[in-house]
Amino acid sequence: MNTELIGVVVTFLLTVLLAFPLGKYIAKMFAGERTITDFMNPVERFIYRISGIDPKKGMNWKEFLKSMLAINMLWLFYAFFLLLNQSHLPLNPDGNPNMTPDLSFNTAISFLVNCNLQHYSGESGLTYFTQLFVITFLQFVSAATGIAAAVALFNGLKHKTTDNLGNFWDIFTKSITRILLPLCIVMAVIMAFNGSPASFDGKDTITTLQGDTVNVSRGPAAGMIAIKHLGTNGGGWFGANSAHPLENPNYVTNMIELIAQVLIPIAMLFALGFYIKRKKFAYVIFGIMTVGMLFLIVPTMNWEMHGNPEIAKMGILQATGAMEGKEVRFGPAASAYWSIVTTIISTGSVNSMHDSSMPLSGMMQMLGMLINAFYGGCGVGILNYYIYIIIAVFIGGLMVGRTPEFMGHKVEAREVKIAALVTLLSAFLIKGGTALAAYYFVKHGNADWTVQPANWLNNPGNHGFSEMFYEFTSSNANNGSGFEGLGDNNIFWNVTTGFVLILGRFLPIIGPIAIAGLLAKKKFIPESSGTLKVDSLTFGVLTFAIIIIITALSYFPPLVLGPIAEYFSL
Amino acid sequence: MKKYVWPSVKLTLVFIVICSVLYPLLIALIAKAAPGGGKGETVSVNGKVVGYANIGQKFTDDKYFWSRPSAVDYNAAGSAGSNKGPTNPDYLKLVQDRIDSFLVHNPGVKKEEIPAELVTASGSGLDPDLSPAGAKVQAKRIAAVRKLNEAAIISLIDKQAEKPLLGMFGPAKVNVLKLNIELDKLK
Repeated sequence: MNTELIGVVVTFLLTVLLAFPLGKYIAKMFAGERTITDFMNPVERFIYRISGIDPKKGMNWKEFLKSMLAINMLWLFYAFFLLLNQSHLPLNPDGNPNMTPDLSFNTAISFLVNCNLQHYSGESGLTYFTQLFVITFLQFVSAATGIAAAVALFNGLKHKTTDNLGNFWDIFTKSITRILLPLCIVMAVIMAFNGSPASFDGKDTITTLQGDTVNVSRGPAAGMIAIKHLGTNGGGWFGANSAHPLENPNYVTNMIELIAQVLIPIAMLFALGFYIKRKKFAYVIFGIMTVGMLFLIVPTMNWEMHGNPEIAKMGILQATGAMEGKEVRFGPAASAYWSIVTTIISTGSVNSMHDSSMPLSGMMQMLGMLINAFYGGCGVGILNYYIYIIIAVFIGGLMVGRTPEFMGHKVEAREVKIAALVTLLSAFLIKGGTALAAYYFVKHGNADWTVQPANWLNNPGNHGFSEMFYEFTSSNANNGSGFEGLGDNNIFWNVTTGFVLILGRFLPIIGPIAIAGLLAKKKFIPESSGTLKVDSLTFGVLTFAIIIIITALSYFPPLVLGPIAEYFSL
Repeated sequence: MKKYVWPSVKLTLVFIVICSVLYPLLIALIAKAAPGGGKGETVSVNGKVVGYANIGQKFTDDKYFWSRPSAVDYNAAGSAGSNKGPTNPDYLKLVQDRIDSFLVHNPGVKKEEIPAELVTASGSGLDPDLSPAGAKVQAKRIAAVRKLNEAAIISLIDKQAEKPLLGMFGPAKVNVLKLNIELDKLK
């Protein structure tokens, strides 16, 4: 095996090795047991006191959601206002301008919902002030919102019958003080010592060895790079994201960024097992998700390492694989691995340009986002998988001819309706959005926008269609990566993806929490011999099949029009 | 609604202080001990800064090792890849032009010896590295222009090449700026 493959395998093993103890710790911490971070107690007590919060007061699912939505709305207005006025605010050494209203709208939502779709480049589109007070801030709090939502689900599953999903403020606060912040400090320091900038100095001007004069963008990036990955956010400090040599200076940082982005999603799975005391249930989910991930990763690595067939025809051997859009220090294996990891877990940071990936690699990246539950984002990955579970329970129940049950609670029409709506919503937003974009591209190519629709696409034909489809897929999945050839900083893309982003975030949080709350309130039915065993491998495989069927039924046509057609044109 | 608004406002203020003020300041402070003091690591020749160790720069002169093609022309005020799709006809023509141009500037090199990274643009447009093969394929040209022994240049590349991490993980590479600085010292 060559060094590139070994690098990838070791990266994954290290991730799981670290996620297991972290999961155990998260479970203990949220259960209120003693942990090594108890020294944070006085800090949290102080926060609660000045915020007027009683952390002991339980919340039912409606109160939980109201708290979460209230604080999220506040952040939206806060972020929008700052971005709109950033040129008048301090910490702007490069003299960057305000964002336009439509771009502010898109960016504020994008970071609020943990997506980090970026229709600007960090070097020129933001100031250090907004990088820290909007971007970094939202990267922390949106990740903590996701974790809190997952813990609400855990609480619903833990008790036989309960109305109490936990206190949102308390879980949210501890997600930052006891998970995200400590991990970020460690990672940011490692990044800084490997060459990522952390000081507040502006652009530097240098004369190169050959005699050219160039500017070099910098800034306090190291801290942001840490939370961007640990919180599965993905928005880059620099335009080229983690392909940028200051944002990801070497193979060590590349491994660390890869581990960091999957760490909490996998840890939350283990935490689920420990927290509700059903370890086998969590291990089966982990196994299914890992298999799903491998189905996407193995072929993608193979295609990227073999190079572009069109360039092979020119007589170039491509021993180092398909290098367009990739960096030499990572190579095609780690780049392909990253491209799948970042799309299955909704990070959306990139260390290679997905637009230049091989056609079917691009499809695998899209599938990662369309399924959005192989590990999935910080906290919300489990919620997405939970929806698939509810549908699997429903179909499994129909197959054995019994009222479906999940962990001792009857799953009835209301819960199944919510799950179905959440699933259908994605298909509607993604395909509806793509159809609308394709319509404007074809029929209104000269519309008077900053970027005319006729000039949106950086590539012709099927690949151009993929660029539009990818953008809506990424928005709905709250992923944030892109086929970045798309000319997306104009009113059409800023507004449409803005709405898709916000719907694609909150409905898939509200839905599962509502289901969890509704189920937890019901009478507990003890297991009998006829009960569907949800922690069995059979049920895991059933859920996997449901995922494949739903995804194939929903998205086969656009995938044919985009990457599959492009593949056959090779 | 009041029940939710006031805790939201106050908690938001608390976390602005923690995440946007204290956290970046702490990291900036610790980074002062890092190479480059958190401002980015620079490389100097005779006491004059000629670049950042991690940021690639443009080398088009025949007497230097060339860097990879760049979508932003190595202007590090920004960063981007070409975002060209693998089947885009304009893009494929561009690659063909790069191959032709490389062959003109490097007589004696056969097409199949050109590594892919020399005819494709990087993801950031600022890639500081080449694969060792990407440097070695240019040795003949540089030897001719500089009137040096080709073997000396090859051994310089071998000396400058960085092995995979711990000899086990990831690709081997060579930093073009550092290589060219050493090349200038070769007599």
